[in-house]
Amino acid sequence: MLILDCPYCGIRADETELAPGGEAHLTRVGPEGSDAAFESYLFDRKNPKGVHFERWRHAAGCGKWFHAARNTVTLEVYGTYPAQVTEPPKALLAAISKKVPGWEGWQ
Amino acid sequence: MRRYSAFAIAREALRYHQGWERAWASPAPKKRYDAIVVGAGGHGLATAFYLGRNHGITNVAVIEKGWLGGGNTGRNTTIIRSNYLQDPSAAIYEKARSLYETMSQDLNMNVMFSPRGVIMLAQTEHEKRGYLRTAHANAAQGVDTEFIGPEKVKQLVPIINIDGPRYPVLGGLWQARAGTARHDAVAWGYARACSAMGMDIIQNCAVTGIETEGGKVKAVNTSKGRIETGKLALVVAGHSSELAEMAGFRLPIESVSLQALVSEPVKPCMDVVVMANTVHGYMSQSDKGEMVIGGGTDGFNNYTQRGSFHHIEETVRALVETFPMISRLKMLRQWGGIVDMTGDRSPILSKTPVGGIYVNCGWGTGGFKAIPGSGWAMAELVAKDAPGPLAAAFGLERFREGRFIDESVAAGVAH
Repeated sequence: MLILDCPYCGIRADETELAPGGEAHLTRVGPEGSDAAFESYLFDRKNPKGVHFERWRHAAGCGKWFHAARNTVTLEVYGTYPAQVTEPPKALLAAISKKVPGWEGWQ
Repeated sequence: MRRYSAFAIAREALRYHQGWERAWASPAPKKRYDAIVVGAGGHGLATAFYLGRNHGITNVAVIEKGWLGGGNTGRNTTIIRSNYLQDPSAAIYEKARSLYETMSQDLNMNVMFSPRGVIMLAQTEHEKRGYLRTAHANAAQGVDTEFIGPEKVKQLVPIINIDGPRYPVLGGLWQARAGTARHDAVAWGYARACSAMGMDIIQNCAVTGIETEGGKVKAVNTSKGRIETGKLALVVAGHSSELAEMAGFRLPIESVSLQALVSEPVKPCMDVVVMANTVHGYMSQSDKGEMVIGGGTDGFNNYTQRGSFHHIEETVRALVETFPMISRLKMLRQWGGIVDMTGDRSPILSKTPVGGIYVNCGWGTGGFKAIPGSGWAMAELVAKDAPGPLAAAFGLERFREGRFIDESVAAGVAH
């Protein structure tokens, strides 16, 4: 069972009290954006076999949205962090790079 | 290829079964093929088969990372039906269902297609209205379905509890021509027929890179060397995003785990397939007597081929409520497959930003039933470099144009 630490209330929550929110750090396309860019923002996903950054909500807990970095093959959780950021924390990226040799980065 | 027949069985019985030949050859890859299909599951093999059968293209290789039919083709609950709401879906799934009817003869392989009928239970007023609408749509599409009342449901499925405390059965959408087939035999049958046409089926051959030149595909690099081709069909379900990344584009696909389980074998007790979408569980009985149960998908991206435990509990809880007699059955096996989900829960059969590369993916939780229709439509797309009538609505451009085939709304959950 997938277990994530909620970075807000600190509770170790299993997946039955969490709601998945899909890929994280998508950049919203503004009014000047092209159709292709808007399509990409809405639908195209990285869907990696490996390190994945994603959004979760502690739905049956504190109700807050947060981010998690997780491996989609091993289900190893590299860490969780608050939602009020536009990219993953540097320390977490460094830790993942160390653990996953040849990782191509979060973008 | 030596034909399978009653006579062949008698002949082999007289000589200790020494004369059976291998069903398909396992050659080393050639330097170049007219077309390469990546993925030797049902959809990939069917694509190759109809490339040869319908379009005369037989210089084809089907390459497979693992073993033939070892992905979702061997991991599903074998249900075949075509009672979809939207016209493009009904067309391709009905084509597939009708091809299943003659598949054993077409492939000279017994795929054990059993048109035993499928009921989709209506357990809320909303669901009942939805299925009445689907039945009317199906009548207009030429798909043979009808809405039946609870008494008819009970007559078809004596073990069902139609007066459940939470969700009493209000009726059901009944498709008598729907049913099940032996999933492995479908893959084996197509593989054998492809091999007989001179195609190369290359297993244990992972694609490691895709070479393009001037916006067109040139070759694939694999664990068994570089293979040139002018047409590349990616038919790899849950791993579509990985291969698209190699070719330099992204797909509107997310991979999640979908699981299924089977019980210990019991005596025949249910000779139709029952789907209960409101409580989320579906069940049929295999020819061996096992109750085959389909569960829900995980909500988060993963490639684990096993799935979360709590979904098993939810599924089994729903089914015990619907079929009280299964409450003391022991479960024998549980497994998962990686399904490729699109936003509108409809498949993608499409050209891609790279010339000569075609994708067939996004079948999500309902790919097995579509295998022959999908292969038929995909072969036409690959051979003519343009989609035919079955594939036309399933292009990638539908996401940009907002022209969804919204079966996620039409079908609720399982489809």
